[in-house]
Amino acid sequence: MAVVEEGAPAPAQQGTVVRANDITRTYGEGETAVQALRGVSLDVESGQLVAVMGPSGSGKSTLMHILAGLDKPTSGTVEIAGTEITTLNDNGLTRLRREHIGFVFQFFNLLPMLTAEENVVLPLSIAGEKADDTWLNELLRQTGLGDRRTHRPSELSGGQQQRVALARALVTRPTILFADEPTGNLDSKTGGEILELLRNSVDTYGQTTVMVTHEARAAVIADRILFIADGLIERELSGASANEVLDVMSSLGS
Amino acid sequence: MIGVALKGLLGRKTRAALTAVAIVLGIAMVSGTYVLTDTIKAGFSGLFTTVYQNADAVISGKSATGTPNNNSPGLTPAFPESLLTRVRALPGVADAGGNVAYPTLLVGRDNKVISAFGGGGLGFGIDPRRGNDHLNPLKLVSGHWPTNGGEIAIDTHTASSKHYSLGQQIGATVGDKLGHYRIAGVVKLGQASIGGTTIAVFDLKTGQKLFQKVGELDAIDVSSKAGVTPDQLVAQIKPILPATTEVRTGTAQAAKDTSDTGQFTTIIQDFLLAFAGIALFVGSFVIANTLSITIAQRTREFATLRTLGATRRQVLGSVVVEALVIGFLASAIGLGLGLGLAKLLNALFVSFGIDLPKSGTVFKTRTVVVSLLLGTIVTLLASLRPARRATRVEPIAAVREGAVLPPSRLARFGLPFALGTFALGVALLLYGGLASGASTKARLISIGVGVLLLFFGVALIAPRLVRPLARNLGAPGARFGGAPGKLARQNAMRNPARTAATASALMIGLALVTVVAVLAAGLKTRFESSVNALFVADYALTSQNGFIPTGVESADALKKVPGVETVSAVRAGEGRALGHHVNVTAVDPQVTKVIALKWTDGSAATPGQLGADGVIVAKQYAKDNHLEVGSPIPLLVPSGKTLQLKLKGIFDPPKGGSPFGDLTIATTTFDRSYANPSNLFSFITIKGGVTPANTQKLNAALNDFPDAKIQTESQFKKNQERGIDILLNLLYVLLSLSIIVSLFGIVNTLILTVFERTRELGMLRAVGMTRRQVRNMIRHESVVTALIGAALGIPVGVGLGALVGHAISYPAFTVPWGTLVVFVFAAIVAGIIAAIFPARRAGRLNVLEALQYE
Repeated sequence: MAVVEEGAPAPAQQGTVVRANDITRTYGEGETAVQALRGVSLDVESGQLVAVMGPSGSGKSTLMHILAGLDKPTSGTVEIAGTEITTLNDNGLTRLRREHIGFVFQFFNLLPMLTAEENVVLPLSIAGEKADDTWLNELLRQTGLGDRRTHRPSELSGGQQQRVALARALVTRPTILFADEPTGNLDSKTGGEILELLRNSVDTYGQTTVMVTHEARAAVIADRILFIADGLIERELSGASANEVLDVMSSLGS
Repeated sequence: MIGVALKGLLGRKTRAALTAVAIVLGIAMVSGTYVLTDTIKAGFSGLFTTVYQNADAVISGKSATGTPNNNSPGLTPAFPESLLTRVRALPGVADAGGNVAYPTLLVGRDNKVISAFGGGGLGFGIDPRRGNDHLNPLKLVSGHWPTNGGEIAIDTHTASSKHYSLGQQIGATVGDKLGHYRIAGVVKLGQASIGGTTIAVFDLKTGQKLFQKVGELDAIDVSSKAGVTPDQLVAQIKPILPATTEVRTGTAQAAKDTSDTGQFTTIIQDFLLAFAGIALFVGSFVIANTLSITIAQRTREFATLRTLGATRRQVLGSVVVEALVIGFLASAIGLGLGLGLAKLLNALFVSFGIDLPKSGTVFKTRTVVVSLLLGTIVTLLASLRPARRATRVEPIAAVREGAVLPPSRLARFGLPFALGTFALGVALLLYGGLASGASTKARLISIGVGVLLLFFGVALIAPRLVRPLARNLGAPGARFGGAPGKLARQNAMRNPARTAATASALMIGLALVTVVAVLAAGLKTRFESSVNALFVADYALTSQNGFIPTGVESADALKKVPGVETVSAVRAGEGRALGHHVNVTAVDPQVTKVIALKWTDGSAATPGQLGADGVIVAKQYAKDNHLEVGSPIPLLVPSGKTLQLKLKGIFDPPKGGSPFGDLTIATTTFDRSYANPSNLFSFITIKGGVTPANTQKLNAALNDFPDAKIQTESQFKKNQERGIDILLNLLYVLLSLSIIVSLFGIVNTLILTVFERTRELGMLRAVGMTRRQVRNMIRHESVVTALIGAALGIPVGVGLGALVGHAISYPAFTVPWGTLVVFVFAAIVAGIIAAIFPARRAGRLNVLEALQYE
């Protein structure tokens, strides 16, 4: 499964699926340069749900973009499933996405002309693969889309659309799932349902997940919560309650 | 992934349709051209095949000087009637029939010629006893064959469209003299329509007399005895033929006539295809631009596909597949529309006086294949650049709000590349226009490629010109149009590349229209200056259309009018001299009283001293053939005789040409050597000059000559320029197709823009902009875009016109200011029309929905 490039650094330890090592990211040059990340290192263990929290402008989105190979760090390395990804070319990154990465976006990013089911199996279609029927049915059942298979996104509510997006991210059983503010565009009830589904996928299928959020109620479902401020990981909590999260957040000045 | 692309296409039907329109129109033109010209070709072929179907061999006169020009009647010499008796006596011959033919115009009750402008009339003399003979190509539909000098048979089309029935009188002119005849019969020639041509049939004796062919024949149709093949028959006939005749098998004759007219149809076909090509070229601009916009609007979609594991190649493929499908469907629709367009094109030609034979609609496989391939390929090529840009969308755009398409990799070299393309285009144009040493073909190719590069260059530079142009062209609207006017100007400037691409499509059409206008203006100026310099008569006499020669009797009739001082005619014919086909004209000694020529060698007395062997030529002809006064010039005339001429004088005509051909001889000599002499022009001086009374007197004398037209100098100019005007209008109509295509480009851009700015429009409405103001805003943006197209296209057209004019050695460069102002207004109107649909759409937006639109 894992693509190990010739001469790449030694694979990450068994159980570590994402490893970031001292990454920095600077936008712009000279006087106007902005340092979004100033040296972040982290490991994500297999089967963990990690939440990344921080006030806006803290660098949490940049961190996720770099971990997911959407952006390149100015310095530092990122390994996914043992592969150093910061040096991969476009084709290498595409293969990495197909084999190891799933995405859930704040604005769902469904293709409007495809039905719910077609959207779900899209990553497989793109890779030229067939969906495993048992797995697909299981997913659609889990996400409560069984009777919505032939609906188009415009016929679905926001919560239903995000569930399609989640099923789409899970259909390839990715090594790591990245969720970018998955509840940011939903009301609290439907947001809660999505969070429940996310937690379930970790518990039931052992789906390793990294979620970026600024909502305390989202963060509390995580096994680990990383607090980012000014481009650095300031705090880390495990199994925290909403109140604890809010305390940390306010101490970080948000 | 292909499935995704196809489903995407279905999900964006409006946008796909908008993209397709440009190709639909261009391909309709391609398909329409093929259908029309194939139908005409089949019409001619059917006509000739029917005409010769019963003849095993056909004997006809043969011009000694080669293929006769249709404008000069009677060039194929007739042969003695005695040949018919000798042919009948041949052992293989079962039957043979002879006839005479000469252009004959039918004249209606209003004393006007019936056939359309530029259309002609066929006249035949046929032995009434042989009328129903199977060898006769004409078939009697009703009545009987004319049997005496007072009778005539006419074609079915004239009979039905002009409501003539048997027994009624109808006029006919042979040469130019009018006669009236009783309609004895109605006939038809072949199965197909013969277009706008009329037919007049006389009995053989009358025909021979009217056509000045007493004791002569123009054609003999021969059928063979059983067992004798057409080739054997031809072999028997050949030995007894005089030198000025030839014989062919019926099939060979039909094939020859079909191929002669086929060349003509091919010219029409190439001519129309050129306009289809221009429309497709403009269409490719429109498609490229429309696709660019839709792809920019789908940035997030492409980015999402990339995050889900799509490769760049897959993104490229999905756009290309979409283009292929759109191109193919658009071509198929265009192909079908072409059938209708063929009818429209034909109606257009008929309205310009070009009415050609037609069969039932011919729809060839070639038409289908070419149309589908061409449309699909053009769409595909136009999609490549937008598709490549789609592949440059980074996956991270999926998580960014308001992500925009990255600039193309070439953008860095934008200005140098644009200027380079422009400069290369201009260089090629200058080479093609000015390099007199190069071959014509090389120069034409160089001009053609130069024009394409010039258009590309201007289109590439245009984005940088949009801001200053929009600022100035939008100023009146910004000033008087209130907030909508100001916003419209800003909107036109906010995506310069898009506005530039939209305007560039219009630029091409307007530039070409301007080229045509500039060339026509130059041609007219040149012609008029020539007439001003040469025309010293009071009146001119020509045929109605001014370019088909007429008989000589009308000019003679004017000599008897009291007060007329001079009637001097210019005869016209053809021949071969010094190894080339030449146009021959003839003048009488009085010509110097009506035409003021400048002499290089000779004087006003020279035309009077031509005698039996004198000839005068223009300076250029003398130079090209290294002639000087005294040089011998042998002239072969169509009858096969050779005139041994001597150069007596050299004149220097104005740049706009003269009424004279390559060689000009004495009228007396001409009339001895040419059968059926005809006049191209006659010029008249009359006591008192041009007065209403004189005009009336002259017209009265021409009562019996319906095809003759008396004109003053200014009427003469106008009449002669009518041909230019007709061609000009035809070109405008054909180029308007490209302009329509570019208008769809404006419509597309506006609709997509409205779509893109939904939320913004909702906001404007929410803060108090009325529907009407929204519509005005869109309309104004459209007008600004159209004006940018005009501001780019008209100067390019004037420059091109000057250059092309120079290339075809054509010094009178004239800027038709009035016409150009009309073009600018036309652009404004076009902009308003293009905005109708998008403006309505924008005005209809529901404020609440628009604000929530994501």
